[in-house]
Amino acid sequence: MGDRAKSLRNTIVLIAGLLVFWQLMYAVIGEVAMRSPWQTMRYTVTLVETDFFWVHLTNTLQAFAVALVLSVVLGLLIGFALGLHRLSAEAMEPMLVALYSIPKITLYPIILLAFGLGMSAKIAFGAIHGIIPVALFTLNAVRSTKPILVKTGRVLKLSPPAMVRSILFPAAVPEIFTGLRVGFSLTLIGTVLGEMFAAQHGLGYLLMNAIGLYNVDVIMSVTFLLVVFAAGVNGILLAVDRRLHFRV
Amino acid sequence: MRRVRLYQVGVIAGLLLLLEALCLAGVIDKITMPPPHRIAVDLVKLLLAGKLYPEIGKSLANVLLAFGLAYSTGIVTGTVLHGYRTARETLDPLFATYYAIPVFAFYPLFIVIFGLGDGPQVLIGFLLGVVAVIVTMLNGLDRVPRVLRKTASICRMGPFETAVHVTLPFCAPYLLTAAKLALAYAFIGVIGSEFIMARSGMGYEIGYAYTNFDNATMYPLIVLILLLSIVMNGVLTHWEKLLLARRGQR
Repeated sequence: MGDRAKSLRNTIVLIAGLLVFWQLMYAVIGEVAMRSPWQTMRYTVTLVETDFFWVHLTNTLQAFAVALVLSVVLGLLIGFALGLHRLSAEAMEPMLVALYSIPKITLYPIILLAFGLGMSAKIAFGAIHGIIPVALFTLNAVRSTKPILVKTGRVLKLSPPAMVRSILFPAAVPEIFTGLRVGFSLTLIGTVLGEMFAAQHGLGYLLMNAIGLYNVDVIMSVTFLLVVFAAGVNGILLAVDRRLHFRV
Repeated sequence: MRRVRLYQVGVIAGLLLLLEALCLAGVIDKITMPPPHRIAVDLVKLLLAGKLYPEIGKSLANVLLAFGLAYSTGIVTGTVLHGYRTARETLDPLFATYYAIPVFAFYPLFIVIFGLGDGPQVLIGFLLGVVAVIVTMLNGLDRVPRVLRKTASICRMGPFETAVHVTLPFCAPYLLTAAKLALAYAFIGVIGSEFIMARSGMGYEIGYAYTNFDNATMYPLIVLILLLSIVMNGVLTHWEKLLLARRGQR
């Protein structure tokens, strides 16, 4: 069996397994707190047809898109700036790792106070989740560029921007892409989390609102959609990621 | 090494001074954020008053519980899974996508299922951590030299003995990395869920202080949480480095 056929088979077996697990959980827990996969999918279809769902969805997607752009741009800038300077890289890497492992959700009140309720707070919250992984992966990618490539650049007397453009960036692309993949997921998590606490729109708000109304259908459907979206995009990015790593 | 330390201290001191200056100059107003020295004073007062110790204790107990569950489950699952190639390959896509899934999105569902208690919070912390432990474990076991396994089988060790006497000790640095990840995730999971919706705990207190504009409680608590997680992470990272250095790696 080829690699591709194998990974396809694994994915299908896995999805089937998860569906069976879900159905079993439903059988154990029951109608009070859960819905079966079939019921959830049926409700999801009705939910997707309503207008109010689209209002929330576009709101989340807008915030997420801006947050993602910010994460990527700032993350790359920080990563390159630190990666190019050895001492900075050595000093800042552990600090970034420490920042990465703190429960950033506790910073949310500060962000709310600084940005006010609404779109900008969500964006900022999504972005602080995404910037650090992008910066970390970029920093390490730049730092671990083969010395011979950097030396060649020096011999050719490349200016720092030219060095980044024609040597460091192409050499670091696979690692940077891994950073983008992780950054994508975390930015999405950050944005939705931001909506769960103090927001009037978005999928996160929809979830929290559904707890208040004890609307199990909505909780199941929105969670399902979020998981499918996150897993789907990540699957695509992962495939690109593997191809990039393979090329090098 | 000294220069690196100096650099780090410089960055932190610089940021604190900048914040202090911005707060005192009124660029950041008092309602948004009290100046850092004020937060430090409030933190000392808060710790001396001791009113929040039950909350802190409760959060930390839940963090430890989530960590313990994730760590033990992860190590056992990882060790067992390593022996079954097909099962492992089938689960691979799950491991690869797992951290893309917003686990917190399941919190509302867990609240509905288990009720608003410690259960859902511990479960979130557990779920965030367990896969990281499994993946790290598999990664470490992959690096066990064949000769060690062969020696174990020559000594007629069973799977359990092999794991306890040969493979797990070899994987010590990975066990430590896994512990670091599980602890960080348990912390994020528990404090995060307390913050979203709970009846007590540090995360809950932060949310409560926020809704009451009680900056004198909110900021010190946030700083306390950040310090706790940074110290825990730092201690384990240091230990990990020592272990790796002893083995001549890094």
